[in-house]
Amino acid sequence: MELGERNEKLIKKHKWRSNNLPAIATVGPVALLLVLLVAVPLIYVAVMSFCTTDQYYNVVFSFSLDNYKNLMSADYMKIYIQSIVIALLTTIICILVGYPFSYLIARTKSRWKQLMYMLVIIPFWTNSLIRIYGWRTFLGTKGWLNTILQTIGITGGPVDFLYKQGTTVFGMVYCLIPFMILPLYTSIEKLDGSLLEAAADLGAKPFKRFLTVVLPLTSGGIFSGCIMVFIPCLGYFFVSNILGGGNSDVIGNLIERQFKSGNNWPLGAALSIILIVITLLLVKLYQKIGGDMDELGV
Amino acid sequence: MEYIVELDGVNKVYGKNHVVKDLDLKVKEGEFLTLLGSSGCGKTTTLRMIAGFEEPTTGTIKVEGEAIEEKEPFERNVNTVFQTYALFPHMTIADNIAYGLKIKKVPKAEIKTRVKEMIDLVQLSGFEKRYPSQLSGGQKQRVAIARALINKPRVLLLDEPLGALDLKLRKQMQLELKRLQRKLNITFIYVTHDQEEALTMSDRIAIMHDGILDQLGTPSEIYEAPKTKFVATFIGETNIFDGTVGFINGDEVQVTVENGFITGKGDDFKFGEYITVSVRPEKMKYSETPVEGFGIKVVVKDYIYVGSVIKCIVVLPNGNELKIERLAGESLPEIGSAIYPYWNKEDAVLIHSRENSIFEALDNVVLA
Repeated sequence: MELGERNEKLIKKHKWRSNNLPAIATVGPVALLLVLLVAVPLIYVAVMSFCTTDQYYNVVFSFSLDNYKNLMSADYMKIYIQSIVIALLTTIICILVGYPFSYLIARTKSRWKQLMYMLVIIPFWTNSLIRIYGWRTFLGTKGWLNTILQTIGITGGPVDFLYKQGTTVFGMVYCLIPFMILPLYTSIEKLDGSLLEAAADLGAKPFKRFLTVVLPLTSGGIFSGCIMVFIPCLGYFFVSNILGGGNSDVIGNLIERQFKSGNNWPLGAALSIILIVITLLLVKLYQKIGGDMDELGV
Repeated sequence: MEYIVELDGVNKVYGKNHVVKDLDLKVKEGEFLTLLGSSGCGKTTTLRMIAGFEEPTTGTIKVEGEAIEEKEPFERNVNTVFQTYALFPHMTIADNIAYGLKIKKVPKAEIKTRVKEMIDLVQLSGFEKRYPSQLSGGQKQRVAIARALINKPRVLLLDEPLGALDLKLRKQMQLELKRLQRKLNITFIYVTHDQEEALTMSDRIAIMHDGILDQLGTPSEIYEAPKTKFVATFIGETNIFDGTVGFINGDEVQVTVENGFITGKGDDFKFGEYITVSVRPEKMKYSETPVEGFGIKVVVKDYIYVGSVIKCIVVLPNGNELKIERLAGESLPEIGSAIYPYWNKEDAVLIHSRENSIFEALDNVVLA
């Protein structure tokens, strides 16, 4: 009897300790912030995507699928496809350039390793908008590149490097390649060197070792790199605004235009929802393939 | 005698570190040879040079009579079992074992039967579909061994393969490895720092110290007749006396040590030479009165019971301790009493001291 009482007291004491503060006091503030800054705006956008506008472009709250119907038109489809092509090209180039580079900095024993890694990070410290403007100045008809090329006589007159789809892809690669290199670097650095020795010992030549050991064991890094390049690429409107001509719009450009010059917020909201859905589908696909959500930093 | 692996004048230098020094080593076909030494003695580097992961700075390495020191690992007919197992984490056990055969494009049906054979040999039936992360340390080690052996190498190199296992499992795997080696009749070159493991498993042991091969011999040769002071102290327990040759009578050599004199048997020793005498604790005897040829006196300090034997710790006048081993049940001198240790003269191992060369060099300097 007495023992039972003491036991109960102990249990109570323990409970008090483990639940020292009610949940509302610990996770409450964080939850409130998330609700206010993420959930509410998101719901607002979702709701707005079903609204319409009057003749003065004011948002009229109603329920209509017109925005989505409009967005299924062939003109928009062309831009979606164009976006996906640009994003795919960017991703592929990022892998082709980023993989050898990541491999080099991850496996090197050079004392410059840290420096090489920093060279990838440092550009992040400057606003990407400014860096893209920098490229425009550099690549323009009166830019440095043209001046140099003409001075050494490689080209006769100014070459127009700007306002092409290729320029947009270049700018995208430039902005997004660190997002490819960092996850690749992490996964390649984790690779145990003795596995490569074991493969060599068992008769595998360098290329075979790469195919059978290195590539499968770094595929997680490749997947997450792809996701982290491909998705932002669909929305990086400022790159195609500054470097690309009219034929390199991505979905981000459409959204920007609806909210600003187009002044059609509901249509922009519907576009945003479409972009979010595409993103979620890709992340789902990534998970299906076996990707690690931690590697995405999500 | 057919040698399957021959190392001739092999040196390995990393920057300022001379890791392996003038190594000559001939490995007989079908033997179990252990490279034994403490960490940093160059044993693993030697193994890695045979495997092809490191290239010797100078010297030649021959496998089956063919110089291979410049060949890539994948061109050599040797396979390695790694200390960390190095199993491919993204492949099943069966795929891990089949890896070497797949690379060599062996027909699928043959791969299947050979993998099955190997899995049976290392007693891992039922684990084919599992991944390395689902296995215990001992099981991983078996997979690593099977993955190497399936290629039918002429020589299997094992780099401290049991280092990560607990004592009981290690003992069991030692016997199993020995059984495998006998059954398959493959030459094993085995690296370990565990002297007991080396004594249990090896046909011959190569003891390395500071990059130098100190002694190569059968376990009993190494134990009974160590050639250097390092070998004597590294393998088993021993009592070491440093001194100079004071008197030679036929094959009997009397050695002057710090606390008196002792006697052993040996030839090719010179009067005045610096030598080291090693006597195993189980060869030590004692008497209450002085014995002919022995002039040291000790005081009994302590007894340690180790199951079937009792270790008697005695102290020399200079404070150094000696160990005398007695069988349990034998009568023992009292703690604190003075006794005269001695031994059968042929039981002492007399070792030329390396210090001689220093003194010879000094003599020459003085003369010049």
